[in-house]
Amino acid sequence: MGKLDQVAVAGIGATEFSKNSGRSEIQLAAECVKAALDDAGLTPQDVDGMLTFTIDNNEDVALVRNLGVKALRYASRIPHGGGGSGGSLVHAAGAIVAGLADVVVVWRAMNERSEYRFGQANTGRPAPGGGATNMEWTIPWGAATPACWQSMVSQRYMHEFGVTNRDLAEISILMRKHAVNNPEAFGYQKPISIDDHQNSKWIIEPILRLLDCCQESDGGQAFVLTSLERARDLKQPPVRITAGAQYVPYPVDAITNFYQDDFTDMVTTRGMAQQLYEQSGTGPQDIQVAMLYDHFTPIVLQHLEAWGFCKRGEAMEFIRDGHCELDGSLPVNTHGGLIGEAYIHGLNSAAEAVRQVRGTAINQIAGVEHAAFSSGLTGVIFGRV
Amino acid sequence: MGEATALRAAPWVTRDSEFFWEAARREELVAERCADCGILRSPPRPMCPHCNSVARETQVLSGRGSIYTWVIPRYPVVPGFEGTHIVAVIDLEEGIRLVSNICEIAYEDITADMPVEVFFEPMQDGYKIPLFRPAAG
Repeated sequence: MGKLDQVAVAGIGATEFSKNSGRSEIQLAAECVKAALDDAGLTPQDVDGMLTFTIDNNEDVALVRNLGVKALRYASRIPHGGGGSGGSLVHAAGAIVAGLADVVVVWRAMNERSEYRFGQANTGRPAPGGGATNMEWTIPWGAATPACWQSMVSQRYMHEFGVTNRDLAEISILMRKHAVNNPEAFGYQKPISIDDHQNSKWIIEPILRLLDCCQESDGGQAFVLTSLERARDLKQPPVRITAGAQYVPYPVDAITNFYQDDFTDMVTTRGMAQQLYEQSGTGPQDIQVAMLYDHFTPIVLQHLEAWGFCKRGEAMEFIRDGHCELDGSLPVNTHGGLIGEAYIHGLNSAAEAVRQVRGTAINQIAGVEHAAFSSGLTGVIFGRV
Repeated sequence: MGEATALRAAPWVTRDSEFFWEAARREELVAERCADCGILRSPPRPMCPHCNSVARETQVLSGRGSIYTWVIPRYPVVPGFEGTHIVAVIDLEEGIRLVSNICEIAYEDITADMPVEVFFEPMQDGYKIPLFRPAAG
């Protein structure tokens, strides 16, 4: 058994999600962290650890100066782009278990719509830290966007298992359906139909249409982690880090991932989920609700299979049978996911997993003991205390 | 079909990729091979992941392979790729992978594992880029 289960999420907080925040990224970071601390009933003076993504533009010390944190004893960053989003919580929990810090804030804050465009074509040498290490071997051939790189992997899965873009519409429709009553979501009160999906323009033909993609977003999402013992005395019911793991086997890359043998098996997530189950003595049958990193629709299929929620090649049928609906056996992305809510690089979906365990989600599922968050290379099982 | 509409931008060349682009200028498709254990690797990197040797040599490849995945990027338009271009992951017959473009064939006529062969097209600054088309015969 692992030791991470002695750590809890004590607070969550976010800014609004928008296409134009109208303020700086450091302001978004400070606001979402303050909101998470308020949620926990803690103050910046309680914080002694900080963690974010390598590609977050905000410096830890700048956040310290904005919040008035007394002293950091721990600061770290996690690689793999959005694939590392679950890992940010895992590593924060690890620091607490190791005694390196008592209260760690985790954040991701960005203006990736209004200041720069995450989905636009990359044409030059990328900044390091994003986890896409093979871009120099794709860009000269016009393979220059995250949508393209993901499609180059998904195409083989769809070919092998007979999944078409029209099938993917059902995933997009489901995410948007879950977002319909979520006021924080881009998809609030905006359900879509198969026709809407099929009439949206090709992004990567014949894999992704516009409505298969998450939307570039401005916003910030933060978490406060502390020991379960301390969290018990705070404002919110603590949510246990039941298990947390990272798995990046050779020769995997976060997204320009073209050199593993078989594209139809998401070996990262399979290995990550196996560790989660081993740490916690749980299995797929013990998870009541799952938040699966859905930057693009087809990846949802591979998450479902890699976590063992269904067999390989059967995920489309699993969704079609209604398992991932709110009243299904495994509701998925109950807030709308990254496609339906917003794209805060995965962390907004991790926050939904926390709300489901607390019992405070907009689309609350009854009897949630364990909620899964999968960001592919990293992931967390959250548990009720 | 399949080609960029103007000469593609020169690649960004690093210490570890220079051999590939210099060979491409000569219209040779090459890969890096460990000079100690002999195992080929792609993409290039300075250390052999099998024996950790940094001694390396260049192997000229046959230029033959098969198509593992294939897609058409439509939006956003990539600068220099205003027309249709098919991006593919190629399984080279030497057992390594390469991302490239499939040319001289319509998307709907491509089948999984279809055999292809390399050819070269000029880029800016005198560079050349390896592209693939259906294998002759």
